[in-house]
Amino acid sequence: METSLEEQFQQKIDQEHKIEPKDWMPDKYRQTLIRQISQHAHSEVVGMLPEGNWITRAPSLRRKAILLAKIQDEAGHGLYLYSAAETLGISRDEMYHQLHSGKAKYSSIFNYPTLTWADMGAIGWLVDGAAIMNQVPLCRTSFGPYARAMVRVCKEESFHQRQGFESLWVLSKGTDEQKRMCQDAIDRWWWPCLMMFGPPDDESTNTIQSMQWKIKRFSNDALRQKFVDMIAEQIKILGMKLPDPDLKWNEEKKHYDYGKINWDEFWQVLKGNGPCNKERLDARRKAWDEGAWVREAASAYAEKKHTNQLNNSNKVYENVH
Amino acid sequence: MKTFIRKMFYGDYGEEKNNAAESNSTNASKNEWPLWEVFIRSKQGLDHKHVGSLHAADAVMALENARDVYTRRGEGVSIWLVESKNIHASNPDDSAALFEPANDKIYRHPSFYELPDELKHM
Repeated sequence: METSLEEQFQQKIDQEHKIEPKDWMPDKYRQTLIRQISQHAHSEVVGMLPEGNWITRAPSLRRKAILLAKIQDEAGHGLYLYSAAETLGISRDEMYHQLHSGKAKYSSIFNYPTLTWADMGAIGWLVDGAAIMNQVPLCRTSFGPYARAMVRVCKEESFHQRQGFESLWVLSKGTDEQKRMCQDAIDRWWWPCLMMFGPPDDESTNTIQSMQWKIKRFSNDALRQKFVDMIAEQIKILGMKLPDPDLKWNEEKKHYDYGKINWDEFWQVLKGNGPCNKERLDARRKAWDEGAWVREAASAYAEKKHTNQLNNSNKVYENVH
Repeated sequence: MKTFIRKMFYGDYGEEKNNAAESNSTNASKNEWPLWEVFIRSKQGLDHKHVGSLHAADAVMALENARDVYTRRGEGVSIWLVESKNIHASNPDDSAALFEPANDKIYRHPSFYELPDELKHM
């Protein structure tokens, strides 16, 4: 019996065969991946902005070098992901255009401000910690180039989380003011981090299809729970508190219960009404516009060198004959 | 049919207007720097292996960027770069015709041969 292309595709997925760029795939699979991978890339790139804010104000040379290395990694992660998206047929410039025009989204976590140095620690420990929770299963996602990019990202991300925890750990043993700063950063980043996992499962309409295509392997709520369980234990070592009065161990479920997430805030920030949405996009557009002459100059230089090379080889040809 | 997707999961934040993937996704911009494929030798004695790609105006810039992007933690001792347009690849649709003939020649594998048990180390 003839099986349709779509059925063959699903069979490949079911047998854990990876899909590669030139393989046949349903349009919807391609579109979902282009959107997800490009938005993931945008998140890495915009994610550099809140941290860039603190490079010149890092408290020591050691911390400054670490922060620079972390931000450089994020630029690299953006690039791995853009390259993976390009294999699906969208151009880099088109993706940039979608970001700069506000059409494409990026993780709403980066629309929150970084008010104190402790935010650098909290971002590493909590934001990157949440990202890792999501990204580890993506290493096994069904689209080959995305999975390979995620393997590289995850390898590098581990240092991001560890340096964040270390930084907060130092603050938690410091002066009263440093301890307050540490707690304040945790208070501000905790809830937005829980939102990073996306809306609850009963509202996440695309989850079922994405799970069937094995783009995604765990539901939003399952990953969020894993994250809560992990952080609720780790925070004890810091001697700090999570800002949730309802957080407590549930012996029956063997998980931590946690309070209600403010989803209105999530949708507001996603819609563009977060504290820093405008600032972030303005910074991206400014960097792109002000870099235009560099891009043009490099192209012109490459063109000129290429022409000179051709002329030179013509001369050689003439000399020989 | 256009679908407006709003409720999403990690790494996919939906969009308000329409599907980003649908718009002009095929026309590469004329201003875009060429695309290069990057191959890295992780240590002496091993092959260069494809690790990804990047955009650069010329080969010198491609090499510098590949160093910065793909070898920040001692991943390589040598880099090869090939402009992507110069890569010729087989088509997955032709896989059957191209690779199937190899499957029915099992006598090409050492395990095909039945040899006496007394024979050692062959």
